[in-house]
Amino acid sequence: MVTTTTRRRAAEGSKSLSLRLNYRTQRYLFIYLMLSIPLLYFLLTRLFPILYSFNISFREWDILSPEKPFVGLDNYYGLFEDEAFRKSLKNTFFYVVVGIPGQLAVGLFAALLLQNVKLLRGFFRTIYFIPYITSIVAVSWVFRWLLMPNGWINGQILNLGLPAQPFLQSPDQAPYVIALSMIWQSVGFQMLIFLTGLEGIPKMYHEAAHIDGANAWDRFRFITLPLLNPIILFSAVIAGISYLQSFAHIVSMTQDGGPLNSTRTLVYHIYKLAFKNFDMGSASAATVILFVIILAFTLLQLKLLNRKIDY
Amino acid sequence: MNRIFNVTKPLTLLAAASLLLAACGGNNSDKTDKSTSSAATPAATTSPTNTTAASSDSQEKVTIEYWQYEYPSKVALINELIKQFEEQNPNITVKQTNFPYDQYNEKVATLVPAGKGPDVINLYYGWLPKYVSSGFLQPLPESGFPKADIENKYYPLVNASKIDGSYWAIPTAVRTLAVFYNKDLFTKANIAEPPQTWEELVEDSIRLTEKDSKDQFVVEGLAWEPGAQLHHWYRDGLLPQAGGQDLSEDRRKILWADTPAGLEAFQYLIDFAVKHKVGTTGVFTDDVTAFKTGHAAINIDGSFRLGSLATDAPDLNYGIAPLPSYKSKSAPSSYWANAIPAGVTGAKLDASIKFLQFLTSKEVQEQWVDKVGELPAQKEVATQDEYLNDEKLGPFIRQLDYSKAHFFIDETGERTLFVDAVNEVLLNKVPVEKAFTDLVAKTQKLYDDYWAKVDKK
Repeated sequence: MVTTTTRRRAAEGSKSLSLRLNYRTQRYLFIYLMLSIPLLYFLLTRLFPILYSFNISFREWDILSPEKPFVGLDNYYGLFEDEAFRKSLKNTFFYVVVGIPGQLAVGLFAALLLQNVKLLRGFFRTIYFIPYITSIVAVSWVFRWLLMPNGWINGQILNLGLPAQPFLQSPDQAPYVIALSMIWQSVGFQMLIFLTGLEGIPKMYHEAAHIDGANAWDRFRFITLPLLNPIILFSAVIAGISYLQSFAHIVSMTQDGGPLNSTRTLVYHIYKLAFKNFDMGSASAATVILFVIILAFTLLQLKLLNRKIDY
Repeated sequence: MNRIFNVTKPLTLLAAASLLLAACGGNNSDKTDKSTSSAATPAATTSPTNTTAASSDSQEKVTIEYWQYEYPSKVALINELIKQFEEQNPNITVKQTNFPYDQYNEKVATLVPAGKGPDVINLYYGWLPKYVSSGFLQPLPESGFPKADIENKYYPLVNASKIDGSYWAIPTAVRTLAVFYNKDLFTKANIAEPPQTWEELVEDSIRLTEKDSKDQFVVEGLAWEPGAQLHHWYRDGLLPQAGGQDLSEDRRKILWADTPAGLEAFQYLIDFAVKHKVGTTGVFTDDVTAFKTGHAAINIDGSFRLGSLATDAPDLNYGIAPLPSYKSKSAPSSYWANAIPAGVTGAKLDASIKFLQFLTSKEVQEQWVDKVGELPAQKEVATQDEYLNDEKLGPFIRQLDYSKAHFFIDETGERTLFVDAVNEVLLNKVPVEKAFTDLVAKTQKLYDDYWAKVDKK
């Protein structure tokens, strides 16, 4: 008797369990299905092309012809023999090294200033943010026009009695001009992020430090900066990736990444290889190199900057 | 069971939706495109059964696609010409597709592998070797375009589209470079005639140059932008004029450094910026803008500029003169030519040949001069008095007999090398001889790489 009731109970229990599980499964199935749509899209538009370009990087393909013979590492060797590629790699690092600290410093400075004013705050915030939403091409052409040998800026320099500067016409000055214009354009975005970060730091830390006799620099150094760390990390990663991918400024402000390839970036070089030279193999190889660089760079940043700080 | 069924319902819906989504992107839109066009012309698509039908072509309706870059006057004229052509050939429908010049190769490169190829394509002649070596084109059929005919009727510059003994493309119109000079500035400097020799060009441009108290250009004597037309001027103008040669007969060797003429011409070109200081890069943004706004007295530019000067600077008082000569005469020329891709066969090929023959007919060449301003590619059409006596067109046309079109294996690559060599001298103070030697060596390497690839196939 006992055994039959337990058995029956067990059977009932398992029945209700299976029903419950079914209901749960259904819900989860539905949720995961919904979640998988973007994933599917991501697979189709991102992951497959990435894998495909890995594949192409080991082949010779001029995009127009149907054959894609396997050539091993030839494309990679070819790239490192290519002076323009090496130069573009160097330039890209230059933009990253100058651009990220520049952008973070100026953005933080602007945010700190703005945080301390009440009057016209919205106005200044808008003014600083406008460059970020302005078309890069339009801005670049304005810069180009202002900076040309007989442009407005040189006019002012000459009026001051100083010699005219070549700016974008000089391989020594052009990279700095490009870096500055990229920084100028992204300061607004940076400022906004930092402003939000600064708002999140409780006032009492500063007040307590003030009572303890810490001066403004100390408070910035030991309270603001450490507590902003997650924001700085985020900004550095985002800025790093965007500098590694810089392209539009080069196309619009320079002639073919010149003079003498002094401003050419990795992405611009990839573009030239793929769509001007039809050398998809080398272009894919360069893309793989860029992929590896961005991956390594991001991991490095996460490792170096991601420290949990709490008070 | 019931519940499970309920789950499968949204599941199948989802699957259907994702299928739909996938169908919206990529190649498939092409298919919907084609089905709509075939609805309009019932038997438009060529199926294998068409080969038999093609022989009785009067009944067969065919749709072909024509691609060219976006140039307003050309696009408008082609639309007009398509109408004329369709009237003459009611069984053929032509569809025009355009892409911006800067993205042209890019679009071709991305759309063609996706199966969206044209049936007749307009290409810059300098891109042909790349298109030919990649197997993208088919040679022009001898039946429709006999070689002897081409060589008789056309200016010899079309030889640049002859590769491996066949012609791969044929132009409607061609362009040459000439001297654009600002008549008002010439009068102001008391110069009566445009320069006719190398020496005169130097003298005139020095006299025409005007600088302010701070040594900044007010007027450039000669607009100087190596990346624009000057590199063409060097290869097909200055170099042969000085007695040099561009390429060996088999197009494998760069001969610039084989005679002293190469360096002499290179030095001559650079001296304008470095020694005479009559113009330099980037002043007034570029050479064309400088000339348009009256800030350059002379510019070396192409006949293709006539149209934009007429619309952008209608009041500019300028004249055209043949390029100054030295030991001989020579002028750079270039052209956009129409070609037929390799995959076009059967009825579509027949229709494409017909369309191409129409595009190169005398009537179309004449319309082309009037509407676009480019020069007729055939001698007989170009040398009509109406054109020869035209104040602006005349000088361009008179140069056609001795014009040359460099065989580019990589137009952008060769230009970049030239601009870099000039910049080495201008910006890095590298001696002219060294910059020139490097230029020749690097250009030769481009050629070696190209031929190595071709030979491998």
